Amino acid sequence: MTDKQMTGSEILVKVLQDLGVDVIFGYPGGAVLPIYDALCQQNSLRHILVRQEGAAVHAAEGYARSTGKVGVVLVTSGPGATNCVTGLADALMDSVPVVCLTGQVPTHLIGNDAFQEADTLGITRPCTKHNYLVKDVDDLARVVREAFLVAASGRPGPVVVDLPKDVVTASTAYARPSAPIQHPSYSPRLKGDHDRISEAVDLLAGARQPLIYAGGGVVNSGPAASQLLTNLVNMTGIPTTLTLMGLGALPASNRNFIGMVGMHGSLEANMCMHDCDVMLCVGARFDDRVTGRTDAFSPESRKIHIDIDASSINKNIHVDVPIIGDCGYVLEHFIKLWKSRQARCDGDALDRWWTQIDGWRQRKSFSYKRSDTLIKPQHALEVLNRRISGRDDVYITTEVGQHQMWAAQFLHFEKPNHWMTSGGLGTMGYGLPAALGVQIAHPDALVIDVAGEASVLMNMQEMSTLAQYRLPVKAFILNNRWMGMVRQWQEFFFGGRYSESYMDSLPDFVKLAEAYGAVGLRASTPDELDDVVDEMIATPSAVIADIVVDPDENVYPMIPAGAAHNQVTMSPDEEVVLDQVHKEEGMVLV
Amino acid sequence: MPAAEKKTVSARKATIAVLVDNEPGVLARVVGLFSGRGYNIDSLTVNEVDEAAGLSRITIVTYGTEMVIAQIMAQLQRIVPVHRVCDLVTQGLHVERELALVKVASSGDKRVEALRIADIFRARVVDSTIGSFVFEITGSLDKISAFVDLMRPLGLVDVSRTGVAAISRGPDPI
Ligand SMILES: Cc1ncc(C[n+]2csc(CCOP(=O)(O)OP(=O)(O)O)c2C)c(N)n1
Ligand SMILES: [Mg+2]
Repeated sequence: MTDKQMTGSEILVKVLQDLGVDVIFGYPGGAVLPIYDALCQQNSLRHILVRQEGAAVHAAEGYARSTGKVGVVLVTSGPGATNCVTGLADALMDSVPVVCLTGQVPTHLIGNDAFQEADTLGITRPCTKHNYLVKDVDDLARVVREAFLVAASGRPGPVVVDLPKDVVTASTAYARPSAPIQHPSYSPRLKGDHDRISEAVDLLAGARQPLIYAGGGVVNSGPAASQLLTNLVNMTGIPTTLTLMGLGALPASNRNFIGMVGMHGSLEANMCMHDCDVMLCVGARFDDRVTGRTDAFSPESRKIHIDIDASSINKNIHVDVPIIGDCGYVLEHFIKLWKSRQARCDGDALDRWWTQIDGWRQRKSFSYKRSDTLIKPQHALEVLNRRISGRDDVYITTEVGQHQMWAAQFLHFEKPNHWMTSGGLGTMGYGLPAALGVQIAHPDALVIDVAGEASVLMNMQEMSTLAQYRLPVKAFILNNRWMGMVRQWQEFFFGGRYSESYMDSLPDFVKLAEAYGAVGLRASTPDELDDVVDEMIATPSAVIADIVVDPDENVYPMIPAGAAHNQVTMSPDEEVVLDQVHKEEGMVLV
Repeated sequence: MPAAEKKTVSARKATIAVLVDNEPGVLARVVGLFSGRGYNIDSLTVNEVDEAAGLSRITIVTYGTEMVIAQIMAQLQRIVPVHRVCDLVTQGLHVERELALVKVASSGDKRVEALRIADIFRARVVDSTIGSFVFEITGSLDKISAFVDLMRPLGLVDVSRTGVAAISRGPDPI
């Protein structure tokens, strides 16, 4: 191919096209006008104009998590870039591949406090996997390619590429490189160490009370890893729990699935964590929402940890067999060895373990008291779950709070990449724009944001984007008129002093929907619920369903922060059993 | 105490050599990692060491439990422009040196005593006026600290220390 003179903007567009990008979420401004000018002169890259840059990043996250591809964002300098910070931090915590292209003032003005200048590199350094400032148009193509490589490979994450205005207007010769790019220092390890995997096989085979604990790393590795996990679980009959991020990595209907683990996980999952003798952790990171008190975490178990990120291993919890590698590669290798050795856990011991687990299961830790007059949020989700089960074109996003935890408990996922929630950062306002991104990637799918009324207001403006692109996203608001999760903590840990957690002066969500050209629905009593859910699903346009739920409901079971897994509070009838020390810890902990 | 720390409660020193691409921002990344995650930095030095390959070497002296040090190394390794991370303390024998410039202003007996001690420590005089000396001293962290302490009652004015440079013994790199 002959070299051709092109401007930086044209090169950028070309490289994005060559990388297979089909959609960009963005918002224009002075520093990126040349790029927007190049964008409107081509047809293969679609630009989705959000209403606030932060939403562009969440939309890109939703797009990425539901497709496995890199989500792309384009914003202007200064406020455009700073508005992206929350989304970038979110994507970093949840390992979502996002490339965020930010405009920057011309190179000769950098450092001069120029109009709409911000130190984007400095601000985003701790909330990105990596970031770049392109100072020369000759570096542009390479850097953008590298950014995609870094974002998508290894443990995925967000990458910022800062583009000064003079760089995107300068011209240079451009030729498409023939080979994929190689990075001199960055090369994530995919294959696990054979000896360690071998050791792990022996350890698991010798277990009497084994547990598999899998997380978002399995989802990130790709659908094949989820299939391998399912094969391993079926082959071994080992009880398996998933983290909030891992839901869908093993079908919820699998008989060995014992529910989500963690602060609001199932009793059986948390008791298994506590009592197991060998734990196989696959692509999860022992975070504090999962472990509870680390000194009381799974005290008797030997632990195997498969993770692509060496820094996740031995960070919070000491493990006996660390395996650094991609979950998919390692699981494949593990299964091969398991089969060739004809390994199996002691059948009688495993039966006894299952009997014990069934005992915990029978306590039905997600149960709640029904009401004839008030819609229980759990009930609303049960109805929703019934309506969507059996369909594989349903994608769920959530906001953050009680509704998020109930969604994780009551909605069942049979496949990975169908559940998008802000786990690590816990970002209110994530769900609606994330749903927008999912719907762009899957135009014909049913995309539902399970929302709280407080969270959804944080990015409500995106209803306008939904209208512009005719995206039929459903916002299913469990409206309890409270920042429910905050109220619950105030009830448990702060003597019921409900400081600033009541949501006064809420909008009329039905009218609000109409104002945005969407359909507004409301259910206020249990007998209205089924019809509203059905109508929401049947409506071909965007919907806000205002589900007026019991304002006093709390999420159970709960392992209070600072407590151990076997100190679960099961229901409102049980006192939160915490001694003073842990109560204070609970107040300090988040 | 967390189960993981039972085995290795005691903190130790680590001298970590980090080979990085000599590009803007890489030092900020390394320093930001330490401040952001609450690790200690006792000493930090950085300079380009291979102009052709564009590589810089950062030497960091830190301390922590085995688990924390392993975590620091893994976190450093995760930084995209980082090529190699090596804890010289566990790697085998190594040499650590620091250079300091020490300004002492005094007269009479104190001035004579300062010179005498400088001689014992093999410190060189690199500047002198009627009322002051600047000594140049190289050595281990301890040696320099000891010298500075001795100068304190003898009219110590200021100290400028480079931080630790370290390299492994023997023919192999790092
Ligand atoms: C951006 C942001 N600000 C504050 C919080 C702290 N926070 C966590 S849950 C929550 C309340 C959420 O209320 P709502 O969306 O109504 O959900 P509910 O808990 O009532 O289901 C708050 C304020 C957060 N997670 N994110
Ligand atoms: Mg609420």
